Amino acid sequence: MKRYSVFAIAREAMRHHTGWERAWASPLPKSSYDVIVVGAGGHGLATAYYLGKNHGITNVAVIEKGWLGGGNTGRNTTIIRSNYLQDSSAAIYEKARSLYEGLSQDLNYNVMFSPRGLLMLAQTHHEVRGYMRTVHANLLQGVETEWIGPEQVKRLVPIMNIDGPRYPVLGALLQKRGGTARHDAVAWGYARACSAMGMDIIQQCEVTGVRQQGGQVTGVETTKGFIGTKKLAIVVAGHSGQVAEMAGFRLPVEAVALQALVSEPIKPCIDVVVMANTVHGYMSQSDKGELVIGGGTDSFNNFTQRGSFHHIEETLRALIETFPIISRLKMLRQWGGIVDMTGDRSPILSKTPLGNCFINCGWGTGGFKAIPGSGWAMADLVAKGEPGPLAAEFGMDRFREGRFIDESVAAGVAH
Amino acid sequence: MLILECPYCGVKAEETELSPGHEAHLKRFGPGSSDEQFESYMFARKNPKGVHFERWRHTYGCGKWFLAARCTATLEVFGTYPAQTSEPPADIVAKIKARRPNWEGVK
Repeated sequence: MKRYSVFAIAREAMRHHTGWERAWASPLPKSSYDVIVVGAGGHGLATAYYLGKNHGITNVAVIEKGWLGGGNTGRNTTIIRSNYLQDSSAAIYEKARSLYEGLSQDLNYNVMFSPRGLLMLAQTHHEVRGYMRTVHANLLQGVETEWIGPEQVKRLVPIMNIDGPRYPVLGALLQKRGGTARHDAVAWGYARACSAMGMDIIQQCEVTGVRQQGGQVTGVETTKGFIGTKKLAIVVAGHSGQVAEMAGFRLPVEAVALQALVSEPIKPCIDVVVMANTVHGYMSQSDKGELVIGGGTDSFNNFTQRGSFHHIEETLRALIETFPIISRLKMLRQWGGIVDMTGDRSPILSKTPLGNCFINCGWGTGGFKAIPGSGWAMADLVAKGEPGPLAAEFGMDRFREGRFIDESVAAGVAH
Repeated sequence: MLILECPYCGVKAEETELSPGHEAHLKRFGPGSSDEQFESYMFARKNPKGVHFERWRHTYGCGKWFLAARCTATLEVFGTYPAQTSEPPADIVAKIKARRPNWEGVK
């Protein structure tokens, strides 16, 4: 792999950009690998990357039924934050956020991480108390957040109407180190780094079966033939239930659609990420000037990657009181992704009934921000066969044992 | 937009009138059950990509719960039936089999 640098740009400028190489190879699958990661989204690629970087395991294939980063990694609103209430959530999301800070250097690929700050608006007295509690919890967890009053919110976001009347802004939880990143670049950067370590990224290769013997996985049947493996990591988000069914176990997961949309591009008007959980909408401005807007999930089981129109309408209707500016904006594009929701709205990083098969799923509506931390913890789990400290609490046996990591209660909404 | 016919009041309701209640025909477990049984009732879900039997409530209509057979991959609706039904009625199963010859049946 040729490194990207200012000198590379200068060199290529001299020769009409003829020397850029492909960022990652497109090999045919070998007959077997040490580890197969199913799913070349952010989480799967990050798992493979940290398997190589932290554990020296590079005989790895990442197989993907569609194209790289074409699922939820390419469909989210790119928000990165770690202001969670529960300790185990804060630990893994903060690990991810801190890895994002150095990710561009680490991968030699610009993921455009922009720690522009993130506000969670408190628009009811209940939320004020809730976020003050979260600030205190974050202080104990070593996550830097603070509580700010409505005047300071107005200073940070001049386009915001803080007076209500229905949902006045009473203050906000501010995470200054939160922000956004270029979502595709995260997948591409990890893919390029994995490919450079000699791993095979195999796209257009759908898993159709999981072959097993004596409680161990021996390989996967795919549309490109059988591929043997010593260990299997399932990292497929919305289709986790389908792959788990092939492997012979059932997950506490349901798939629903989550939509997002962008407006026409306008001049810079908001330089932080704003989340409004009472009305359930969030918004930031992309580098192109589009307002990137997200809301709650659609509510019924759905695999179609498109949602119901009235949910978008609800999201915009809810945000218009706080952001009157958007009432006259045209919305350009809308899309949906299939998110895997667990019973407690926290992810699953877990061993499975099959000894050498591991699963990473259930990130629901908040997976993008977790990619580096999730990959780090999953690589640990796959390499050692036992969860490390980051993944320890996220085993799927927690549903049987009743020790939930209840972020749905903590956040009041999907997160 | 998803449209379901309420089997009680006969209204063809679109989804803003309805609230989804997820998987139908769950086997409930009470006191004295094992952890595995509770988990299967509370959390483990079929979550199929395809034919799904689910609970819906006609919230902004007659207010009653009913059941629906629907495809989660195409959003096609096969039919609705009253909630006081312990398994999918034969006519709806037949309709699904006609539309989905490869369907494995009620599991």
